[in-house]
This record gives sequence, structure tokens and C-alpha cells, in this order.
Amino acid sequence: MTPSEGWTPDQPIVAIRDLHKSFGHVEVLKGIDIEVMKGEVICIIGPSGSGKSTLIRTINGLTPATTGSVTVEGQEVHDDNLDKLALRRKVGIVFQQYNLFPHRTVLQNVMMAPLLVLKENKREVEERARSLLAKVQLHDKEDAYPAELSGGQQQRVAIARSLCMRPDVMLFDEVTAALDPETVKEVLVTIKQLAADGMTCVLVTHEMGFAREVSDRVYFTDAGRIVESGPPAQLFEQPQDPRTREFLSKVL
Amino acid sequence: MLDLIAPFFERLYETTGLNFSPFYDSYDWGRLLEGMWVSVKLISAIIALSLVIGVLGAAAQTSKLRPLRWIVAAYIEIFRNTPPIVQLLFFYFGLGAITPQVDMGGWYEPMIGSFGWAVIAIGIFGGSYNVEIFRSGVEAVPHTTVEAAESLGFSNLKIFIYVTLPLAFRVCLPALTNNIISLAKTSSLAYVIAVPEITYSLSGIWSDNVNVPEMMVLLFVYYILLVAVIARAMTLLERKLALPGYGR
Repeated sequence: MTPSEGWTPDQPIVAIRDLHKSFGHVEVLKGIDIEVMKGEVICIIGPSGSGKSTLIRTINGLTPATTGSVTVEGQEVHDDNLDKLALRRKVGIVFQQYNLFPHRTVLQNVMMAPLLVLKENKREVEERARSLLAKVQLHDKEDAYPAELSGGQQQRVAIARSLCMRPDVMLFDEVTAALDPETVKEVLVTIKQLAADGMTCVLVTHEMGFAREVSDRVYFTDAGRIVESGPPAQLFEQPQDPRTREFLSKVL
Repeated sequence: MLDLIAPFFERLYETTGLNFSPFYDSYDWGRLLEGMWVSVKLISAIIALSLVIGVLGAAAQTSKLRPLRWIVAAYIEIFRNTPPIVQLLFFYFGLGAITPQVDMGGWYEPMIGSFGWAVIAIGIFGGSYNVEIFRSGVEAVPHTTVEAAESLGFSNLKIFIYVTLPLAFRVCLPALTNNIISLAKTSSLAYVIAVPEITYSLSGIWSDNVNVPEMMVLLFVYYILLVAVIARAMTLLERKLALPGYGR
């Protein structure tokens, strides 16, 4: 996907405007507006069932929007004529349950999409995959199968697998929610490193300390709406809305 | 080979009356070998066809096109709910009668012979079970795994070939083994349309020699060994495909 005409890097790389999403009669997202600039790290926090996962999944088109607009590099995601493959090259996603391919080794998991989807040169892909696995501290697990790894290790493979497609934006959907407390940290370290490298990241997370530390802006959502947003210092220290205060008092 | 065992079986016949004619008579020996060879070819072709139908049918059932799913459902209903021998007779005498004849240089032969019809009929019969077997495997593949492939830009076809099918195949392998064994045995039904497989060729031998019990024993032993080989091969395949740490 080439950036749409008229899009320049000083405009939001991801722009969500008046996004609504309904499942049957239930409206999950009731008008969301979010803008993400290149290199920014955005965290979306809020109570369970507030539509956070649905929101993040609309960005790569896994969940289609009902109305409203989502653009990536100026290109409308929910356009029937959109080249989905091209979109997914640009936007990587990591899920709560890792979702690795259980019948492929760690290295194969990371190499599969660039080889099959992008049809890239095998040697180059392998080199890149190995260096990504080294980056997430898993160079010694290349030949292991996913089920032989811990949750935290699997999640780091999942991150490497997404990165191997060289995306411009990474989405993280509660990636530490299924992990043991002691392995949460290793995954967060990986993401933090990624953010430091300048990757544009959108995270849905329950790790408040992490959100505060790593993000440029935090969005608090409740019942399908953005209640409040701002830089982490402001949102965590001086929340304006009573719902934000109530939520933060429960989780902090 | 025959020279080595012939004296023993000839003596056996003379002393006990047990007539294993294929083991000392070179004409019957030839008929036995030919029957085994045709049987193995027939079974291989039937299994191959049934697997192709199973995979394609299961893929069609996941299709968004409703008419395609209806066709597969109707196919399963028809071929799973009627006896294979009826299907075999239907194909051979029913459809066989209306297929064109081909010029063989002076005489005419049906385009599809009895061997061909046996493969088609029993392959289609076995395929109807395989579709259901593969479908159960496809349904066992977690939706989230498929979604991960989707989000990496895999097309639907690539998801099916590289993710769904390999995982589904592992899940349904035990059920598939059962059906393959069942098909190997069902192949003997090709006898009724005169395919010269082992049951047919041994029936020729026992008609000539009146040694029905002996040839029946031989037939039993053949199928027992054959199924043992298939079962063993499938177990090895299952073991080879087993994933370390997966499914426990």
C-alpha cells in the first residue's frame, strides 16, 4: 500500500474519526476519535468490556467498522477496494493469546509471512528473523516448537513474527494479560525497546505502570467512548473526569 | 521363490488334502500375484481419490458460497447413506452403460473399465466420510490461529494450505486411519464388477480347484497383513507429525 496521495509524514499515521461499531443491536464503540503520529506510543486503558480490543482490531481491518473512518497513512481501512494484504504489511498486531503456528518452529513462525506473503528472498528473511529473535532474547530457541516455550517466550516470538513483516505500526492487544506476573516484564521490556527504536505503537493494556512509563498519550475509554485523554503524567496525576478517577483508584 | 516352496505344498496336498494350489502351481501362482498387485493398485487409487475429495470437500464446506456447501452436504447424504455395493453397481451398470466407447483398433471398449469404475465408486464413497473427518479437524483449529495468519496478510487459500490443513490433518489422523482401513477392505467389493483383484482372482482359483476353505484362509491372511501394514504406516505418520509439547 503506497501512502494515499496527499498524505505526508507530518500528518497522523493512524487517524480514527467518529468510529462506531455495533455487534447486532449492541453498540460497542460510540464515536471514537484518535490520532497517532509516526513514532508515537499510544496506550488505551479502561475497564473490561469498554471496547478496547474491538477498537484496536479496527485499525488493521480484522473487525470492520460500522460507520466512521479509520485511515492508515491516509488510506481508508474500511474501503471495500482496499488491498487488505498491503494494509496488513504496514500494520502488525500481537494478540493476548500469542496465536503462534503450533506446527512450525520458532524460526519458521517468524519467517513464514515474509516468505509466503511477501515472497522475499529466503536468505534475507532468515537473516532478519534471526536478528529479530536475538533482539527478543530468543536466539537459542530458534528450533523449538511454540508449545515448548513459556507464555512470555511465545509472546516475544509473536512480536518478532510481526516485526519480520517490517510494519510501520504495531498494535498490541492486551499482550501481557495471559502471562504469569514474572514473565510480564520480559515482554514489556521488548515493547519498550521497540518504542525507543521509534516504532509507532498502539497498545491496549492493563499495565498502568507501563502505560505511564512508555506512552506519549493515554486514552481512557469507558462504555464505548473516550472519556479522557492526555499525556500520562496528566492523566494519571490529575484525571479530570470522575470515571477516570474511579477507574484509576481501583487499579492503582 | 515358487521353486523353493512348491515341494512342501505339493507334499502337504498329497498327505493331508490341503490344496494351496498357488504355492506349487505356477499358473495359480501367477493368478495370486496378479490379484495382489491389482488389489494394491486398486486400494492405493481409492485412498488417493478419497483423500483428494475429503480435502476439497472440507475446503468447500468452509466456503462462503452457500450453494457450494449445499452440494457438498447433498453429496455426503447420498454417498454415506447408501451401501457401497449399490453405488458400485449403479456406477458400473448405470453410468457405465451411457459412457462412450472408444475405438481400440478394430474393437470397442468402454472409456472407463471395471477397474476405473471401482476406483471412482469406492473412492467417492470413502470421500464422503473423509469430508466429514477433515471438517471435524478444520473445526478444531482455533479461530485465533487463523486470525493471526490473516493479520499477517495470508490469503484465504494460503491460510487453508499452510495453517488450517496441517493442523486439521494432525487432529483427524486417527479417524482418517479408521476410514482408510475400512476402504482397503471395501475394495474387495470390486469383485462384483469383475475387477481382477485378489478376491476375484482367488475365486477363480477355488472354482478351478475346489479348494474354497484353503483359499479363504489365504484371503483372510492377505487382508490381515495388508491392514497391519497400513495401520503401522499410519501410526508412524502420526508419530512423525506429532508436535513436541503440543496437545498435552
